[in-house]
Amino acid sequence: MKLPGINWFRFSSPQALYPLAGSLIPWFAFAAVLFIVIGLYIGFFVAPTDFQQGDAYRIIFVHVPAAWMSMFLYVVMAGWAALGLGLKVRPSFMMAQAVAPTGAMFTFLALLTGSLWGKPTWGTWWVWDARLTSELILLFLYLGTILLHAAIDDPRRADRASAVFAVVGVVNVPIIYFSVQWWNTLHQGASISATVAPKMAAIMVAGMLLVAVGFWMYSIAVALTRLRCVVLERERHASWVQELKVG
Amino acid sequence: MAWGSLSEFLMMGGYGLYVWPSIGATALSMGWEVLALRRRRATAVRSVPQQRTVEGKQR
Repeated sequence: MKLPGINWFRFSSPQALYPLAGSLIPWFAFAAVLFIVIGLYIGFFVAPTDFQQGDAYRIIFVHVPAAWMSMFLYVVMAGWAALGLGLKVRPSFMMAQAVAPTGAMFTFLALLTGSLWGKPTWGTWWVWDARLTSELILLFLYLGTILLHAAIDDPRRADRASAVFAVVGVVNVPIIYFSVQWWNTLHQGASISATVAPKMAAIMVAGMLLVAVGFWMYSIAVALTRLRCVVLERERHASWVQELKVG
Repeated sequence: MAWGSLSEFLMMGGYGLYVWPSIGATALSMGWEVLALRRRRATAVRSVPQQRTVEGKQR
């Protein structure tokens, strides 16, 4: 596939990706800070107190963005892994490797903030229902992908094994997403969807979406930073790395 | 704005003990990830074998 004007395969080598990633990171980092600060400001200073849940609902401004990122980053990671398996290109595996820890972190945060929200509103930190259990499985899938890669010494075998694991695990993502429709669960339904008008006040949705965009920008910035670390670690004996003037 | 004073803001209508740990854990995790990556990068940069002394100094 070649898009007009740009030869995308030019970026498919670690040597080309490394400086490209480096030049993109500050922009995504800046956007992340901007969106998160504005989103949290709206969430905590503009959005009113919820008439049912009081101010406990304000956990939504980190919980939902973290939960969205946990699922989205898994699909991104599995996508890079599948691309790596299909095209047999190293940078795709490196991208998958770069995304995994951030996805695991957001999964952990979704579970933790959900627990802190569940206690005052449901009266319990945890229930073994479909939504919570499938999100916990997502955390194990992330950890499995990371640990499997770390456990195999040969990088090529590690890439392939953890990629297969990640791709198989992607079936869990639609299960998480639709769990609140498929099963009777304590967890509330989707906050917003493409087909139904939001059940929340518009200002609450705005704050939540802005933080979500901020987390997305943050994820790109840290994944690209980690990609550069992975490239340095794995290609350190290549002459182009040794000729780099790393700032 | 829903808050009359700083203490009201910190109380979060009685839910402060749930809301602030949520925000705090998120901020700490993200901050920790950034710091951990900075350390990882420093280690990775040091691990690159120095080949040419002139350029090596700027690595």
